[in-house]
Amino acid sequence: MVLIYSDNKKLTLELLSKGSELAKDLGNKSTALIIGKNDDVLANEYISYGADNVFIAETDIKSFKAEEYAEILEKVIKETDKNTILIGSNKNGKELASRLAGKLNAGCIVDCTNIYLKDNKITTERVVYSGNAIAVEQFNSKPSILTISSKVFEPLKKDVNRKGDIVKKKIETEKSSSKILKIKEAVTEDVNVEDADIIVSCGRGFKNKEDIKLANELADVLKGKTIGCSRPIAADLKWMSEDHWIGLSGHKVKPKLYIATGISGQIQHIAGMRDSGVIVAINKDPDALIFKSADYGIVGDLYEVLPKLTLAIKDKMS
Amino acid sequence: MNIIVCAKQVVDASEIKINSSSNKPILEGITKKISDIDKNALEEAIKIKEKHNGKITVITVGTADAKERIKELLAMGADEGILIPYPNKYDYHVVSTLLLEAIKKIGEYDIILCGEASTDLFSGQIGPKIAGLLDISQITYAQSVNVEKDKVIAERNMGEKTVITESSYPVLITVTKEINEPRLPSLMEILGAANKPLKEWDIDSLSVGLEPKTDIIDLKGVSMDRKNIVFENNLDESVGKLVDNLEKDGVLG
Repeated sequence: MVLIYSDNKKLTLELLSKGSELAKDLGNKSTALIIGKNDDVLANEYISYGADNVFIAETDIKSFKAEEYAEILEKVIKETDKNTILIGSNKNGKELASRLAGKLNAGCIVDCTNIYLKDNKITTERVVYSGNAIAVEQFNSKPSILTISSKVFEPLKKDVNRKGDIVKKKIETEKSSSKILKIKEAVTEDVNVEDADIIVSCGRGFKNKEDIKLANELADVLKGKTIGCSRPIAADLKWMSEDHWIGLSGHKVKPKLYIATGISGQIQHIAGMRDSGVIVAINKDPDALIFKSADYGIVGDLYEVLPKLTLAIKDKMS
Repeated sequence: MNIIVCAKQVVDASEIKINSSSNKPILEGITKKISDIDKNALEEAIKIKEKHNGKITVITVGTADAKERIKELLAMGADEGILIPYPNKYDYHVVSTLLLEAIKKIGEYDIILCGEASTDLFSGQIGPKIAGLLDISQITYAQSVNVEKDKVIAERNMGEKTVITESSYPVLITVTKEINEPRLPSLMEILGAANKPLKEWDIDSLSVGLEPKTDIIDLKGVSMDRKNIVFENNLDESVGKLVDNLEKDGVLG
């Protein structure tokens, strides 16, 4: 029996698509889990997107805490007799799945990019070694806990005629010894690098925050209009919000054109952009690693190259 | 304050090449190092010890050559190192259970520190899994921690949010790379590390009959074939050639 949970609705819909297929292959049913307030509208929506059943674990807990959510999941699993647990692979989901695996002494595989049955065993694929390899792994035990990254599976077409049961139950949890003091929404600039067609990306080669405008001007003449950045720009210098951050612990992107400017090409950055169509690198260091991962490179100072490139593309496109 | 740091020896992923005939990543003969973010975890432990005193124990589950890497951690400031050799078959379940048993054997601890994930497989399971096994509270993705006598307050980087969490002890904390800059030990510290205890704990003394819950059945190489055309002479010419190529490839708007 397959149990599906994410605190992100969009990700839940993607999980329902794969989860209901997996349940069918296993010859059983899928159950979507909602944790929080009783919400029939959401429950019915999950059914219309493929859930055979919905379990609403009612709780007064207001904010996600892995300790309490893992306890809720443990109780729901016992109650519903599930042995295949699919969890959305965002930050909350990953720490939840791993903690749950500890509590249940279960196997766990995170960030799956594919799931299927092979020799009747649940088999997964995930990216390892910064994108240099894909590990194919198989569960030899139950329960099996998996987390699935976003945008791996397409949600099913919504069908309001689908029927399913909705079960509700109040779940009590022990108070954990940690407490949330404050939640600050990060400043975001509402960019979505993951959907961008063309990305101009900035790295440590930029000397000042103001100079990022050189990348903006290039992005403006290209239709992509999106700028990204490497880890230091978002995480250390905070010149750009983290929604721009491309890399292993940032966003994974696959635009048709990726222009890396002043980025040295650390493997963690490459892992986030290696699936791009055409990769261009601009760096003044001829030995920069980024050139090994690029289709085209210009060795030169970005302060000279970017204005010239912007102008040349403008000419070409007019 | 007694602190346990879990550190992993990894291969340097940037050196990995793909064997073109077998389509497998070549993992032999590559530089091995302590996973970067685990060094951030140790650095944070050292900072806590500087303020509150106590003892830092580093545990590594790994191959025998990891002893050399653990010495680097002792040079940085860990007080004691423990190596648990990999069993024949292992997965996250086996490794986290061995770490759990070692932590129990150490006995006294206030804080367990881990990196948010190791730089080779980047799964990030071990920290929260140990917290689940021990049933203690967990603070993941900490980008800053403030340790007080009876509680810790941490700022967690959750991407679109920052969550400030407080916990009493014991607690398991995983840290991000931004939390600090790991120190480089001095020559004196490197020499001094030779006198610090570095033990090897036998698997059977920790746990008997431990079997993996998952198996890696294949490792497929992903090669990245790029044209690698680099223009490095006259800048105007280079820009012109680049734009022509991009137009030819049909990627300009």
